[in-house]
Amino acid sequence: MKKKNGGAFSRIFTALIYLFLYLPIAVIILFSFNTSKMNIVFEGFTLDWYSRLFRNDTLLEAYGNTLLVGIVSTLIATIIGTLASYGMYKYKFRGKRIIDMLLYIPVVIPEIVLGISLLAIFNLSQIPMGIVSLIIAHATFSIPFVVFTVNARLSGFDKSVEEAAMDLGAGRLKTFLTVTLPIIMPGVVSGAFLAFTLSVDDIIISFFTTGPGSNTFPLKVMELTKTGVTPDVYALSTIVLIVTIVLVIVTQREKKNAV
Amino acid sequence: MSNTVKKRRNTIPLLTTVSPVAIWLILLVAAPLLYVFFLSFMATDGYKVVIQFNLDNYKNLLNPTYIEIYVNSFIIAFFTTLICILLGYPFAYIMANSTKKSKTIMMIMLMVPFWTNSLIRLNGWKTILGKTGVLNSILLNMGVISEPLEILYTRGAVLLGMVYTLIPYMILPTFASIDKLDGTLLEASSDLGANKLHTFLHVTLPLTFPGIFSGSIMIFIPSLGFFFVSDIMGGGKSQLIGNLIENQFKAANNWPFGAALSMMLIALILIMVTVYKKSGGDMEDLGVM
Amino acid sequence: MSEDKKPIVEIKGVNKIYGDNHVVHDLNLTVYEGEFLTMLGPSGCGKTTILRMIGGFEEPSEGMIYIEGERVDMKEPFQRNVNTVFQSYALFPHMNIFQNIAYGLKMKKISKAEIKERVEEILHLVQLNGFEKRYPSQLSGGQKQRVAIARALINRPKVLLLDEPLGALDLKLRKEMQIELKNLQKKLGITFIYVTHDQEEALTMSDRIAIMNQGYLDQLDTPENVYERPATRFVADFIGESNIFETVINKISGDTVNVGLEVGNALGLIDDNFSVNMSEMVYACVRPEKVKFSKTEIKGFTILGKVKEQIYVGNVIKSNIILVNGQIVKLSRMDIDEAPKIGDVMYIYWDVEDVVLIKSRSFQIHNLIENARLGGD
Repeated sequence: MKKKNGGAFSRIFTALIYLFLYLPIAVIILFSFNTSKMNIVFEGFTLDWYSRLFRNDTLLEAYGNTLLVGIVSTLIATIIGTLASYGMYKYKFRGKRIIDMLLYIPVVIPEIVLGISLLAIFNLSQIPMGIVSLIIAHATFSIPFVVFTVNARLSGFDKSVEEAAMDLGAGRLKTFLTVTLPIIMPGVVSGAFLAFTLSVDDIIISFFTTGPGSNTFPLKVMELTKTGVTPDVYALSTIVLIVTIVLVIVTQREKKNAV
Repeated sequence: MSNTVKKRRNTIPLLTTVSPVAIWLILLVAAPLLYVFFLSFMATDGYKVVIQFNLDNYKNLLNPTYIEIYVNSFIIAFFTTLICILLGYPFAYIMANSTKKSKTIMMIMLMVPFWTNSLIRLNGWKTILGKTGVLNSILLNMGVISEPLEILYTRGAVLLGMVYTLIPYMILPTFASIDKLDGTLLEASSDLGANKLHTFLHVTLPLTFPGIFSGSIMIFIPSLGFFFVSDIMGGGKSQLIGNLIENQFKAANNWPFGAALSMMLIALILIMVTVYKKSGGDMEDLGVM
Repeated sequence: MSEDKKPIVEIKGVNKIYGDNHVVHDLNLTVYEGEFLTMLGPSGCGKTTILRMIGGFEEPSEGMIYIEGERVDMKEPFQRNVNTVFQSYALFPHMNIFQNIAYGLKMKKISKAEIKERVEEILHLVQLNGFEKRYPSQLSGGQKQRVAIARALINRPKVLLLDEPLGALDLKLRKEMQIELKNLQKKLGITFIYVTHDQEEALTMSDRIAIMNQGYLDQLDTPENVYERPATRFVADFIGESNIFETVINKISGDTVNVGLEVGNALGLIDDNFSVNMSEMVYACVRPEKVKFSKTEIKGFTILGKVKEQIYVGNVIKSNIILVNGQIVKLSRMDIDEAPKIGDVMYIYWDVEDVVLIKSRSFQIHNLIENARLGGD
């Protein structure tokens, strides 16, 4: 099949889709420099919101919580998910199908149902609502995604490489740490990346599993939406976006150099 | 000759790898859902759950006010899915037929907006579509309109918000299924004299149907529950099943009825996933993202 | 094998069953120190399973395996002093060649200085000096193979297990590596257990060949005997080309027997190790190069055939002779003057010492049942 970038129609269509996707982002960036507090009309350029942002403690604290929950839940989900994927790839055991089925539940049921179920069980077991409950909830919906990503990597894994390591005198743990884990690492890393992205962006499950005083950034924005989002929130989003883009460009470069 | 060989056992490695996930899933997925199932048969005293078996919550599901909300929610979910197919599939098709380099660029450009929190981006739309927003100002200044358009806080705005938030879930699976299509197959079809449209309708589309189906499930189901989209874009005017459930757990404090609503959603999903699997769909494709 | 050889691997009464699939049947096999033993057979005959059981990757369903007199069948691979060269090479893709080869020594916690010295030494042995820093993906198939061998040999195993190690290489490279491997084995004096489905490879490299057929060990013998004295019809058919006739013993006179084919009679030879009864069914196997022909009848032979076709393969002329029952007899000659002409009608015969008589397995089973019924073993 001849691959080419298509005709005029394709180009216009693609451009319109991207316009649709980027329009709100452009508005956010633009209004983060707006002199007016109301996000209605662009009145003039200022960097004021960026300096105000760093004095807005509640906003910064909420973002700090988001990062904390994101990092800790990603760590938990990555460890549990990677072990699970490996164990299920390697061993046959009773109940494997049940685990498989349970893994699909958080993926296919609406977030709101998972959210209220966790709320109910936290309430029942009297787990205090706050950062800890948020971390547990986020790890719960992240684990399946880590498992699936690592599964994909393991499906191309040559079992005889592990046998070779054992043959050369490495025990099971040594084999896993020195041979298997380094080989499946790209899958583990992208699983972790996915888990972190899902956690940082999560609204619905956080909404039900948070407690008083532990706001995450999305929840803070939700709260602000009722009264009107101030431009310092846009300023924070702009900074986060730029940092992510820089990180992605750097890692893409690294990837290219590594090959 | 009888001789008992002591079998080597994999118990310890099996336990270390699989038991954490098993325990986690049982305690935090299976148990909570079973508990919600249990709750759905309980009553409430307006303040907390009362343990008293009854079917009132399920009867209550059929209340005409609620049915109106389901209908609204399904209409929005249906059109969200449809629009996502109409926009997402051609986009995925164009992307899959690009050079390797532009594929990567297009993919990254597709993902970048989603690194900004969806609530913020929805607020961006609010800024654009509001009565005194960017769009209305421009149109008024250009003299196209004399009165500001009512776009925000309508069902259309909710639909726009849904499509905007969920469209990658259509583009990614359909892209994956178009991209892995065997090029020689398409060549064979055109060799046999089929024109482009014919090839598309009779080869590409049927073969990529599973991608469309899994994308549809990944859009239809969440859009029933995305209460925050309706809150922001619809201003609370356009109620979804998600808003209804949220209400029972937050404002109305009627957990048993909220649980019954959740069970209804789960039943719906079970039906959809069963149909999906029966039609040859792969569960793994639902985990793609 | 001479008696003074020391057994190194002993397989006693081993069976391997996967579900309904009986892969290895009651195997007894002793491998001696320093020998090159090849397990030969078509795919699915159980040869790789046996190798994997010696290496520790599979457990026997029944039976025992000893290495150097120590029972190992319940031990883990990393507890056995044998090393394996895998069919897929199984090099560690994320380690360079030095790290790959040093892996086994590192696991044994050998000092860095010694590791370096021994890796250099082994790289020299497999002619890969200077490749230390490369990664497996940067090597050719043949080079990967050498690394895989070096990685196993550096541990100075008592036994090296090789699972179709040359299967992925092209013909020319395979021939070179065959010689190289054989020389390496002689030089190091390590026991090699080698799995292949390539009979030529087995015949050129091995001290002994174990021929496997559907989970049974059909024959364990030197390459020469396997070729000259096949023990079963399967071996005769699998190793080289053979004409196999189903015959019945008609007459026994001393060590000569007269056997009846469907289309005539022929002669064969028996000895003390091979006794037959009247009317017993045996297979008579004759190699194509040993088949003779004559215009006139030869005493004891009454098989008549007609040359149907002839092909030249290299410097060999192969003739197909069709018998009256439609069976094809293959005949080969190096010299055109010695070959028959197409259309010739002639008598087929052979020298009695050139035919191998093989008892049919069904007859063996028949005997077994008979014995059991008579209350014997």
